[in-house]
Amino acid sequence: MDLVLQLLFTGIGIGSVYALVALGFVLIFRATNVVNFAQGEFSMVAAFLMVIFAVDLEWPYWLSFLLALAGMALYGVIFNLGVYYPLRHRTYLPVIISTIGASILVANTMLALYGPQPQVLSPVFETPGFNVGPVYLDSQYLLIIVVTMVLVAFQYWFFEHTLLGKKLQATSQDKEMASLLGIPVATMIMITFVYSAVLGGLAGILVAPILFVSIQMGGTIALKAFAATIIGGFGDVAGAIIGGLALGVIETFGAAYISVPYKDGFAFLVLVLFLVFRPQGLFGERVAEKA
Amino acid sequence: MTSITDAPPAVRRTAPFGLLGYVVLAAVVVYYAATHPFDGYITNILMQAATYSVAVMGLTVVLGLCGQINLAQAAFFGLGAYAVGLGTVDYGLNFWLCVGLGLVLVVAAGAFLGTSTLRLGGHYLAMVTISFQQIVTLVMVNWIPMTHGPDGVSRIPRPGLFTSAQGYLAFCVTVLAVVGYMVWRLPASPLGRAMRAVRDNELAASVAGIDVQRTKVTAFAICASLGGLGGALFAGGFAYVSPDQFSFAESIVFLTMVLLGGVASPIGAVVGTGLLILIPEWLRFLKSVPGLYLAIYGLAVILIVLFMPDGIWGWFSQWTRRFGRAAVAAVPADAAALELRGSVGHNNEVLRVEGLAKHFGGLKAVDGVSFTVKRGSVHALIGPNGSGKTTTLNVLSGIYTPTAGKMVLDGTDVSNLPPHRRTIAGLGRTFQNIRLFRSMTAVENVIIGAEHPGNPVGKAHHALDARARAALAFVGLGDRADEMVTSFSYGHQRLIEIARALAGNPTLLLLDEPAAGLNSTEKVELTGLLKRIAAKGLTILIIDHDMTLVSDVAEHITVLNFGRRIADGDPVSVLNHPDVVTAYLGSEPDAPH
Repeated sequence: MDLVLQLLFTGIGIGSVYALVALGFVLIFRATNVVNFAQGEFSMVAAFLMVIFAVDLEWPYWLSFLLALAGMALYGVIFNLGVYYPLRHRTYLPVIISTIGASILVANTMLALYGPQPQVLSPVFETPGFNVGPVYLDSQYLLIIVVTMVLVAFQYWFFEHTLLGKKLQATSQDKEMASLLGIPVATMIMITFVYSAVLGGLAGILVAPILFVSIQMGGTIALKAFAATIIGGFGDVAGAIIGGLALGVIETFGAAYISVPYKDGFAFLVLVLFLVFRPQGLFGERVAEKA
Repeated sequence: MTSITDAPPAVRRTAPFGLLGYVVLAAVVVYYAATHPFDGYITNILMQAATYSVAVMGLTVVLGLCGQINLAQAAFFGLGAYAVGLGTVDYGLNFWLCVGLGLVLVVAAGAFLGTSTLRLGGHYLAMVTISFQQIVTLVMVNWIPMTHGPDGVSRIPRPGLFTSAQGYLAFCVTVLAVVGYMVWRLPASPLGRAMRAVRDNELAASVAGIDVQRTKVTAFAICASLGGLGGALFAGGFAYVSPDQFSFAESIVFLTMVLLGGVASPIGAVVGTGLLILIPEWLRFLKSVPGLYLAIYGLAVILIVLFMPDGIWGWFSQWTRRFGRAAVAAVPADAAALELRGSVGHNNEVLRVEGLAKHFGGLKAVDGVSFTVKRGSVHALIGPNGSGKTTTLNVLSGIYTPTAGKMVLDGTDVSNLPPHRRTIAGLGRTFQNIRLFRSMTAVENVIIGAEHPGNPVGKAHHALDARARAALAFVGLGDRADEMVTSFSYGHQRLIEIARALAGNPTLLLLDEPAAGLNSTEKVELTGLLKRIAAKGLTILIIDHDMTLVSDVAEHITVLNFGRRIADGDPVSVLNHPDVVTAYLGSEPDAPH
């Protein structure tokens, strides 16, 4: 039982990271109808920025953190202008291929610059963790969970109770109508990319002390986050969060009770099971193409 | 000489040269590969190019022809290679047997992935193929007792006939030539046409009688099998396979090859593959910095998608076509030759709809509608905006599944059939917002409409072609049959859609607002056309807002409002029915009720 609780805690911790990245996926998908296959690299780039600022340059952690997030905002702008915007009138296929190209480009540029050796980023807190009853709470995991909860609450407030949030929602639901109402659609999409990049970046910075900073981290995180969005129901915000948490827990239990080398395979297994038996996910509703 | 009449016009002109020329060219290349004294390094590069090209042609089929993505081609390539490697080395099996087993394995894997994912659309397929790629790599690396893990399999033998490197190279080039020929001719075959239709417009393809799901799965399985075949040849050629040769990065390399060369033609596949094998050899110094080489690949992918969407070969062939295009005079077709299914049938009812309902959540778009369409009549379904007309039509043609109710078409219960099965059962339809296959000519569009089981025209290409031309002549576009559909005006595109539906020889023709967006002259022409169709005895169910058109052609009108039937009968009595007047014009404020 103690082990179960311990695994549950770890699973929710890692699942929170998937949830944050999945959220970024869903936001971009809703705004542009395109799945961004370079979503994971948002996390990787942010983690590398942290390594550059906090480790290489030895700047204070909080300053590095703010600079990394600012860097991600800029990255979101460049990404939108270079990878999505020129293709916005084409079908989804060229856009998918272009984001895949971006993912390969960014990951391997980092490899060329930093080499294959994983980089280490130290945790935020000096205290590694503490016991609550039989469960050991690692402080980094605890931080991830808390930050995710705060962000989800913030996002809810932002989309439901601010004008900008409403405009973003309008854009994602019907771009043509939104632009007729005077909402600057291109700007809204730009904001979505920036927010999504920052969100993914935050996830990357939070998870970096646990996973090591490597060029593979982006691809792995992105695939799991995508699986999470399918479990939750594609395009559904609440679904992405719950799917992410569920996937983290499934994976942690799978690694503990079934097999460690195939840990990364469980996400795909769950993904395929959902696609076969419940493609609309836990919360999604199937939408047919309109004739 | 059947190839001349069997091919559509675009291919027809080149086919006689094409077949003969291709065989001669291929024979020369194979002879050269077999006899020219290459040094070992060159032989290896050519062997790699030939085996990779086979796999890349798989992507030509799935991506270029069918518009579906596959990011696991290296995994299929690897499965084929491991089947040969492990089969011959660990189990002492015959080389050819191993190739066969590898093909069975990849086709099964490809069909499974396709069946589980393809109906969900492109994004899912992209992610699922990446996932599959990762799982294959994980298994290759971790299942050491079976796969030898990261060490890979070495000393893979070649088959007895081709033990020398040069002989084996000649064999690979021969296989490539055969595969290339098949991929080249595929677009003009019924399967290839179905794939292109699916790529251009899935919904229209399904309504034209194409089993969209099966077509996509077939394309995917062909792609996987070519990947597996390429991999099997690769294993024999290089005698050594290991997991890192078949990683996700290699899948991206395959994708880049097909994009760079051009997805539309097997020549593009060879050009792209050749370049991306040669260029890195010239730029070997790039490999000294890990990552740099792949970073350039990534950048190349973005740049190709942005600036050269048709690839090198696509760009080149467009450029040559500008000078080489000769005007094709269409064979004049006889409009009178178009036979339509007349008013003879088992009974007097072509369509019976009973208690049909379609709810979207709480919205009852169609709420228990019943009506009957009499054989040989023109029946109109009208109603104000939002009354449920188009939803009814979409349920009738199988695009939406009904919440409740029953539809009987010419004595067959079609309530639970998918769209293409309803077309086979005798339904034809057009769309309110035109859905043509935009990369094709008018006659190709109409051939696709004619090409389905259940059409008495049969399967022979010349019969289908004649039928399509007759249908186009019937709607008045016979002399422009070989033009691209995108060059037609809006009104004419609508006529092509009607021709496409007519070519399928339907028992019942469903027209979804055919007059929408037409000017007054075009509307008059449309009225004339509908009358000519009706004169041939074909039953029509039409939805439209244009009351002049409706009262001009319809013999029977059913009126819907808020998803329910409010009137049904002959035009005069229906259009004067008080409920209908109220629904359209509103009730008078003072009128006592």
